[in-house]
Amino acid sequence: MSDPLLSLAGLDAHYGDFQALYGVDMDVHAGEVVAIIGANGAGKTTLMRSITGLVANQSEQIQFHGQPIGGLRADQVAYLGLAMVPEGRQLFPSLSVEENLLVGGTVGRAGPWTLAKIYSMFPILEERRKQKSTSLSGGQQQMVAIGRALLSNPDLILFDEISLGLAPVIIGDIYKALPGIISEGMTAMLVEQDISRALRVSSRFYCMQEGRVSLEGRTEDVSRDEITAAYFGVSE
Amino acid sequence: MMEWTNAIVQGILLGGLYALFAAGLSLIFGVMRLVNIAHGDLIVLAAYFGLTTTVLLGVHPFVALLFVVPVMAGLGYVLQRGLLNKTLGDDILPPLLVTFGLSVIIQNALLEGYTADPQKLNGGAIETASLQVGGLALGVLPLLTFGIAVAVIALLQWVFYATSLGRGFRAVSDNQDIAQIMGFNKSHIFGLAMALALAVTAIAGILLGMRTSFDPSVGGGRLIFGFEAVIIGGLGNLWGTLAGGVILGVAQTIGAKIDPGWQLLAGHIAFLVVLAVRPNGLFPRIDH
Repeated sequence: MSDPLLSLAGLDAHYGDFQALYGVDMDVHAGEVVAIIGANGAGKTTLMRSITGLVANQSEQIQFHGQPIGGLRADQVAYLGLAMVPEGRQLFPSLSVEENLLVGGTVGRAGPWTLAKIYSMFPILEERRKQKSTSLSGGQQQMVAIGRALLSNPDLILFDEISLGLAPVIIGDIYKALPGIISEGMTAMLVEQDISRALRVSSRFYCMQEGRVSLEGRTEDVSRDEITAAYFGVSE
Repeated sequence: MMEWTNAIVQGILLGGLYALFAAGLSLIFGVMRLVNIAHGDLIVLAAYFGLTTTVLLGVHPFVALLFVVPVMAGLGYVLQRGLLNKTLGDDILPPLLVTFGLSVIIQNALLEGYTADPQKLNGGAIETASLQVGGLALGVLPLLTFGIAVAVIALLQWVFYATSLGRGFRAVSDNQDIAQIMGFNKSHIFGLAMALALAVTAIAGILLGMRTSFDPSVGGGRLIFGFEAVIIGGLGNLWGTLAGGVILGVAQTIGAKIDPGWQLLAGHIAFLVVLAVRPNGLFPRIDH
């Protein structure tokens, strides 16, 4: 197999005295969709913050395009082609819908995603482009958050809990859009608490528990029982 | 009656200067939640830079702007990246203490370099020129000051709401982490915001120096006027800041009309009344 796009080797992460990640090893290859599952407090969000550069790590513990990025700032990582749809959407409240999307284009990387393409995928956003992002429904806000991340034309896109706090029908719509997004040659990591949904769209998964990887494998090979054990830490 | 009209009109024009004192403060607070105690002293510093430029080069203070504005903007960027960024965090106390210390340092450095003697920028004929409008004599310099204030605020408004830099300012102000993920280096953005604020401060300092005499100790008073204009107008609203400056200016000139000793007091009372009745100011930003 070719070199991985993203590679984590013995990744540790700390918040002050508290250690949130212990020696996490992960590889994500170009074109893959990898699911990261795990209960609350398993370290999934810390993992995302480490990869994006919001938490500083030892440089060689995170490699992207074969380049150590653990010590880089988040804005430097963004220019290398890594984007995130953050948990809870986190749109910029004082910016309009269109401005939120344009902020995603700050890094100015070339690629298939343009404002027009985002609007053709989510037409409702074009209708509301002049409105404040806070005036949108939760699902529409999630569309903005996804569009914002896509506009940077990243090589790797991280989805952090994109179904959290949304109505099931909206979640269904958003998951329906995912394959189209990924087929544009993008690689994705998908953090989810909704295990079955995450496994359905991904080819491989890592299950995390208490800051460690407790199980990994191909989604088609794994049994429900194995995942339950790894998810909750029940001994077999 | 005419005298009162005159007082109000003069107050409005004075308000332009106060709005210029306030605009930089408002901008900095809006982008990075930094309360810059040294702001008044930076205005005075700019006036002294103007003085040195006019004396050395023999140019008009307006020409000195060509030099003082970039120097203050550069100073702002370096100050922010080299010092103030390190004070920003969850705790609001460090930036207050550091800018307070900066205020003391600037005052004493000016005292050392220029002595405590009052100085003035020589604006020449426009200082005494006036226009007769309907029985009122309007000074050309106050009119010009007000016009510059309106132009500066319109320009800042344009930068904030119609450019990608302004989008960056607002994005970083809203959510620093996510803005950083989107590719904005917040240290650099903060540096640019301070550069912009001190460029405005340079204009304010030159206009102040042409209007009245100044010495190293007058920064504190300019800081108070700036604060009051910001609070009266509502935090984060640039046109509100202009309105705040005008209200403060009018209150002062009306106070002075009643009794010359009441000028400053009337301004402070107007500020306190607004603070008591509308704690968020008259025109708070409404997008949250």
